[in-house]
Amino acid sequence: MAVVTTRVLEVRKNVLNKNDELARDMRKTFETAGVFVLNLVSSPGSGKTMLLEKTLAELRQRGLRVAALVGDLETDNDAKRLAQSGAPVRQIKTDGRCHLEATMIRTHLDGWSLDALDFLFIENVGNLVCPASYDLGEAVRVALLSVTEGEDKPLKYPTMFNSADAAVITKMDLAEACEYDRETALRNIREIRPSIEIVELSAKRGLGMDAWLSFLERKKRAASLR
Amino acid sequence: MHELSIILGVIETVSESAQAANAKQIIATYLRVGALSGVVKDALLFSFDLASQDTPLAGSKLIVEELPVVIHCHSCGENKVLDGVQSFRCPVCHTPSADIRQGKELEIRSIEIEV
Repeated sequence: MAVVTTRVLEVRKNVLNKNDELARDMRKTFETAGVFVLNLVSSPGSGKTMLLEKTLAELRQRGLRVAALVGDLETDNDAKRLAQSGAPVRQIKTDGRCHLEATMIRTHLDGWSLDALDFLFIENVGNLVCPASYDLGEAVRVALLSVTEGEDKPLKYPTMFNSADAAVITKMDLAEACEYDRETALRNIREIRPSIEIVELSAKRGLGMDAWLSFLERKKRAASLR
Repeated sequence: MHELSIILGVIETVSESAQAANAKQIIATYLRVGALSGVVKDALLFSFDLASQDTPLAGSKLIVEELPVVIHCHSCGENKVLDGVQSFRCPVCHTPSADIRQGKELEIRSIEIEV
């Protein structure tokens, strides 16, 4: 009779090792090139594209060199909207995948000179779950929450809000109509991510944009001093 | 749901490790999954049953160990286990803490093989 031996083999490997390693490499590349990279995450319809449209235009007006990568399941509508700012924009079509991965970022940067950029914005797929697990090599992850979504969203999607470095409350112009409870929303975010920086704005109406732009410039300056 | 693509990565790594160890058969895969890893245990198990068919892992078991979040409380000077992910405060002194020491794991810990 054949002798069957079983044994336990230690593997100790991070499942997302390949993504994480690539993201770490890219982060170094971005730092060396002096480009400040932001990963924008939110649920669909929170206003990522609107915020980016205005941000790209404003930063260009200030003489800064900006570019954007936009993730979407199917269309390139968002890239077309953003390209109107005059900034280089590329669409990443995920073909149904619910998140961006580091390798998609690398592929879509092909041919762009990172040295010639000050800011690179990555608009993730609208989804508050899956993108949380994927490091894209960004310096800062920004989670957006619109006032129309409900103040308890951070509690419903704690993994995403916990992984964010900053939060932006969008559509502040609609706050009153939605009976938005500001205190509760801010408390919920900070319950999930203590000491997180929070910016409140309405990109459409231009409210709070100055605070957002100075946040970007301050973060970039801090990163270049490290 | 991104658990399926996560599981495809697990199957690839486990197949490679088992082959490198000259395994005749794979009996079980042990995963460690933190409460902040962004994946759901049931979705992992469901994806595993589907995706492991026609691979060396077909018929083997997937055992998922769930890890709670551990924060470091700077007031108490100690690590504390949280009983959920709804509040990142020390359960003893209630000081908020963003210093996470455990809970983001998504790791293949070990495999049980027949050699």
